Amino acid sequence: MVSSVVKAEEEREGLRGLSNLAFVGVLILVAVAIFGITLWIGQSFAFFAAYVVVQYIVLGTAWNILGGYTGYVNFGIAAFFALGAYSTVVMHKLTPWMPLPVMVLVGGVLAGLVGLGTGYLTLRLRGVFFSIATLALAVVVQTLFTNWDFVGGARGAYVVPPRFAPLIGGPYVEYLFILMLGLCVAALATARAIERSALGYGFAAIRDDEAAAEASGVPTLRLKLIATVLSGAFMGMAGAPLPYYVSYLDPTSGFNLNYAVNAIAMPLIGGTSNWVGPVVGAVLVGGLQQYVSVTISSAVNVLITGLLLVGFVVLAPQGIVGLFQRRRR
Amino acid sequence: MDADAGLLINAVISGLLIGGFYAAVSIGVAISFGMLDIVNIAHPAFILLGSYAAFIGNTVFGIDPILATVITLPAFYVLGMLAYQVYYVAFERRDDQSLRGLSFFFGILFIAEVGLILAFGVDYRSVQAWYTTGNLNLGITELPWRLLVPFLLGLAMVVGLQLFLSRTFIGRAIQAVAQDQQALRLMAANPAKIKRIAFGLSFATAALGGAALIIIQPVEPSIGREYIGRIFAICVLGGLGSFPGMVIAAVTLGIVETITATFFGPSWAPAVSFGVLLITLAVRPSGILGR
Repeated sequence: MVSSVVKAEEEREGLRGLSNLAFVGVLILVAVAIFGITLWIGQSFAFFAAYVVVQYIVLGTAWNILGGYTGYVNFGIAAFFALGAYSTVVMHKLTPWMPLPVMVLVGGVLAGLVGLGTGYLTLRLRGVFFSIATLALAVVVQTLFTNWDFVGGARGAYVVPPRFAPLIGGPYVEYLFILMLGLCVAALATARAIERSALGYGFAAIRDDEAAAEASGVPTLRLKLIATVLSGAFMGMAGAPLPYYVSYLDPTSGFNLNYAVNAIAMPLIGGTSNWVGPVVGAVLVGGLQQYVSVTISSAVNVLITGLLLVGFVVLAPQGIVGLFQRRRR
Repeated sequence: MDADAGLLINAVISGLLIGGFYAAVSIGVAISFGMLDIVNIAHPAFILLGSYAAFIGNTVFGIDPILATVITLPAFYVLGMLAYQVYYVAFERRDDQSLRGLSFFFGILFIAEVGLILAFGVDYRSVQAWYTTGNLNLGITELPWRLLVPFLLGLAMVVGLQLFLSRTFIGRAIQAVAQDQQALRLMAANPAKIKRIAFGLSFATAALGGAALIIIQPVEPSIGREYIGRIFAICVLGGLGSFPGMVIAAVTLGIVETITATFFGPSWAPAVSFGVLLITLAVRPSGILGR
């Protein structure tokens, strides 16, 4: 009965009635349109800026799969993100012939496994212990890479990208942008599919009352682990193309604060209840940051994002999406 | 072999001293997280604020760094009460501590850090006092004053707060909040009011912890992050809310970290706290002296 109500409600609005496959089709069309617009602007800066914003959509969506849907806060975004980036550095040195999409998948698998391990050890306890463990995880993974000479240690490593993109010709950044758009489509499609499946209802049950969910037979630990692995894997995949994007990766840039702050702030500013929130947050905040870092400075960037984050969690807990939903009702 | 044994003894002694310093920076979280169940991950940022207060007092007004932070204690106390008030109205009353409450402190952490960067830049800052150089000669070994003073400060804070909590009316009320808020409410006491006082105290300890930190090492705005894992590892290992457990955990972590730094290199030391934290959570989440 509940599902029929949900369906009826979904059919009132165009996009909500789409099946998962049709939704992927729509996303791909949008992605192609965005790529076309960026190409039409015709400046390489447009690609660099758009890449960062789309990367934050992926990161924010990944964080939201665990944070927004189950209510477990992951602070170790930088760890998962940098794990993906550094796995690319390793493969660039060992197997340079490997195509980048394969490297992205490997980075995702590695980050997912680390998520599984951390989650397995800490997710049986109260949520705050998981959050604290992920905070510490970011420090320890940074320590590991700082001490690992093969990937350049504290000095960092140069990863020189090919001059031209494979398949499409053109500058390499266009290829990276297409790859990131593809990741974005995959992340958003996954997030929306979760929301509409039994998995999503299980996640929501955990978020609302974990003890009650456990008592009603929801396999809470397994569901939390699934969310952690998916979330970590997408973060790793978002980080994997980074070395080619910056062409020089050191621990300070790979573990940059901005990733952690943004990946948490963007969903919370946009709204955590569904897949639209992280997109709205990433586009607005990411766009604002691109503007501010050009016109003012990048330290002010983090300050603005932090202020927005605190402002929204205190004053508008449902985010921008929530503000609009409330007005419509 | 002999040289190794000497190194080991030295590492244990300086680890012990550093452990006392860790107690000074962790005690605020032992109050906020252990007793009030408020996960203030921004605490290290306020410790740094204390360090910079000591720095300003020392370089601009030429006073002792510890005395400088003692002067700022009331300001930190009020700041803590304000922070709790916002937290209470926005999250605790709405029962939304876990997701948004945590993110709130995360945002505060970055606002404080970037604020310090914009105000003081990213250069390392340090203080000058009679104890920042020189050693206390004990015949068999020498103890640097730079480590000894923060150690003593940490011990004094632990003993003082323990006495306050067990001997005074408000102290006992804080312990009552930690044990059973509902029962306290039935006695017609307002838990929020007592928690506000306790959170103010927790912030005040950050000021003194900051003085200890800048005596031990030069500071720059982002080193607070290194202490997040360390402080929470100590509080979890010690058993939440238990001061004796926290001191034991702080000294243990101090010794293990110094031994790691001595034998494997200082760049590995930050990994120790995470290892300790994970093992504790996996094996004995209630900590060594946990209830």
